[in-house]
Amino acid sequence: MTTNGRRAGSRRGEDTGFRLGTGLFAVLLITAVAGIGAALIWQSRLSIRQFGWSFWITDTWDPVSGQFGARPFIWGTLYSSILALIISTPVALGIAIYIAELSPHWLRRPLVFLTELLAAIPSIVYGLWGIFVLVPWMRTLELATPAWMKALPLFSGPPLGVGMLAAALILAVMVVPFSSSVAREVLKAVPVSQREGAYALGATRWEAIRMALFYGRTGIIGAILLGFGRALGETMAVTMVIGNNPQVSWSLYAPQYTMAAVLANEFTEAADELYLHALIEIGLVLFAITLVINVLSRLLIWSMGRPPKARHVPAATLASPEVA
Amino acid sequence: MMRTWTRFVVAAAVVAAGATLAAQTMQINGAGATFPYPIYSKWFSEYNKLHPTVQINYQSIGSGGGIRQVTNQTVFFGASDGPMTTEQLDAAPGAILHFPTVLGGVVPVYNLEGVNAELRFSGPVLADIFLGKITKWNDPAIARLNAGVNLPATDITVVHRSDGSGTNYIFVDFLSKVSPEFKKRVGVGTSVNWPAGVGGKGNEGVAGLVRQTPGAIGYVELIYALQTNISYGPVQNSAGKFVKATTASVTAAAAAAASVMPKDFRVSITNAPGDDAYPISSFTWLLLYENPKDKTQAKVMVDFVKWALTDGQRFCADLGYAPLPANVVQLEMAALQKIKL
Repeated sequence: MTTNGRRAGSRRGEDTGFRLGTGLFAVLLITAVAGIGAALIWQSRLSIRQFGWSFWITDTWDPVSGQFGARPFIWGTLYSSILALIISTPVALGIAIYIAELSPHWLRRPLVFLTELLAAIPSIVYGLWGIFVLVPWMRTLELATPAWMKALPLFSGPPLGVGMLAAALILAVMVVPFSSSVAREVLKAVPVSQREGAYALGATRWEAIRMALFYGRTGIIGAILLGFGRALGETMAVTMVIGNNPQVSWSLYAPQYTMAAVLANEFTEAADELYLHALIEIGLVLFAITLVINVLSRLLIWSMGRPPKARHVPAATLASPEVA
Repeated sequence: MMRTWTRFVVAAAVVAAGATLAAQTMQINGAGATFPYPIYSKWFSEYNKLHPTVQINYQSIGSGGGIRQVTNQTVFFGASDGPMTTEQLDAAPGAILHFPTVLGGVVPVYNLEGVNAELRFSGPVLADIFLGKITKWNDPAIARLNAGVNLPATDITVVHRSDGSGTNYIFVDFLSKVSPEFKKRVGVGTSVNWPAGVGGKGNEGVAGLVRQTPGAIGYVELIYALQTNISYGPVQNSAGKFVKATTASVTAAAAAAASVMPKDFRVSITNAPGDDAYPISSFTWLLLYENPKDKTQAKVMVDFVKWALTDGQRFCADLGYAPLPANVVQLEMAALQKIKL
């Protein structure tokens, strides 16, 4: 009796220890994120003090005269990432649907392997491919653009090849394997009973797949946002093809700049204190924007995760894939 | 589980043994400029062959990083492609001395279809091109320098370095000397606010963009142009002569500057006097404390610098660097005596 009790007690102790141990790691993670934020703020204090909020809306970036503003970099980062998302989402979803739902069995594994291979290519390789292959294509395209299109602000500017469009395309290629892998897993997690139910009601294949997509929508949105996060932070490949010119422009043909790219370009040679602090503040801005986008996407997924009452099926909720 | 522990202990023992071995050799750490990295690493490995107990480690993290680290004394010596400013010197905990080690040049490269002749440039024309004021290849200013060349009316695409670099520093330093407007609107620095054009990352980024873009003009390190066989044009020097960059014409620029060399070697030799001097040339410097804390390391380092300035210079040719002229080496040998051992 007593031995049993003691054993039960020590086993309870094991549980508590386990909980505390894993809890410690969770706290460690939170501390690390908070620590990064604090370190960025501390290391950029000179620039924060000197420019304040105007740092976010100033267009000048002049290391020689000590004038720093982040607006062109913020613009370039968001614009290129959103464009990449617009281009990559249909492709990624198409690949995911084909692999998960339509492809013959023997083709599935090679396709999965190839998409994952794309994700494993180092970004400098994408960058070199961008410079030597993609950029000349872009120039050909830009030269072939008819005059009436060139008159639109979206396609204005000289045919340089490098610029926003090349950056968005290379980002899209880099993002596709990530979003499509996650989307594929999400589709695979949709219970067979759901599809069988749809077919039993006389649905066509297209309708059944739409149903599966709707069922896994939180996961799909999560997959897309994962790609967005990756696009925001991508550095090397973008630096090599975006043209590195800090300007705010709607034109897809205009050379622009991103936050990650200016950090990669200028950090090593920044010897002046204010200059260094301004660069670190760019890092802080990128950190803040990433944080806000993550919170917003969480909220979006959370609000979508609560289906209307009439559709609510407890079993389905239990099986709902949690991917983000 | 046991086996993992055993392995760990063995690994730890090996590391410890390695540390004891290392204690017998002299380790000196340095960091800084990327431009001289190939010759520095060659020097350090050659010097290690001559003196097996001396091991010098060098991290090519960029001139800015080198200045920062030597100021914070996290490395024994720094290296920079641009001389430290007086403010930066004042911020250091002790007096820092500059020692030029080798020379580099920057050359204009261009891509103009239908023109086989070598195009000639002058400082003011280059400045106006990079300011975005000259926008066509058949501009009268370019045509005047290139009489007899049939220049097309192609648009000029300006390509500059997007990353902060010594190459940038040398190029804008030259343009600022020859064009007051460039000095006022752009100025001198490792990174500047370019008024026109697109940015390529690194020499290869600039060269790649120039090669692909009809009508493009950019600038790369002389070494890079020599190694990759890119054609480049001669530039008019302060004596009015058009000089093509070679290691010899870069060294000539340094030799011409030696007569007016300041005591601390913080000198820009762009637009140097002399008929043979290539105008877009520069030293690259080692940064050493005048009164270093660790005297044993200091002694070894001074010996190394003496070797690098004399015997070490013969490695320049293979790697494409311009060697120091003899009169500059003499001045430096004298200056090395200032370091308190």
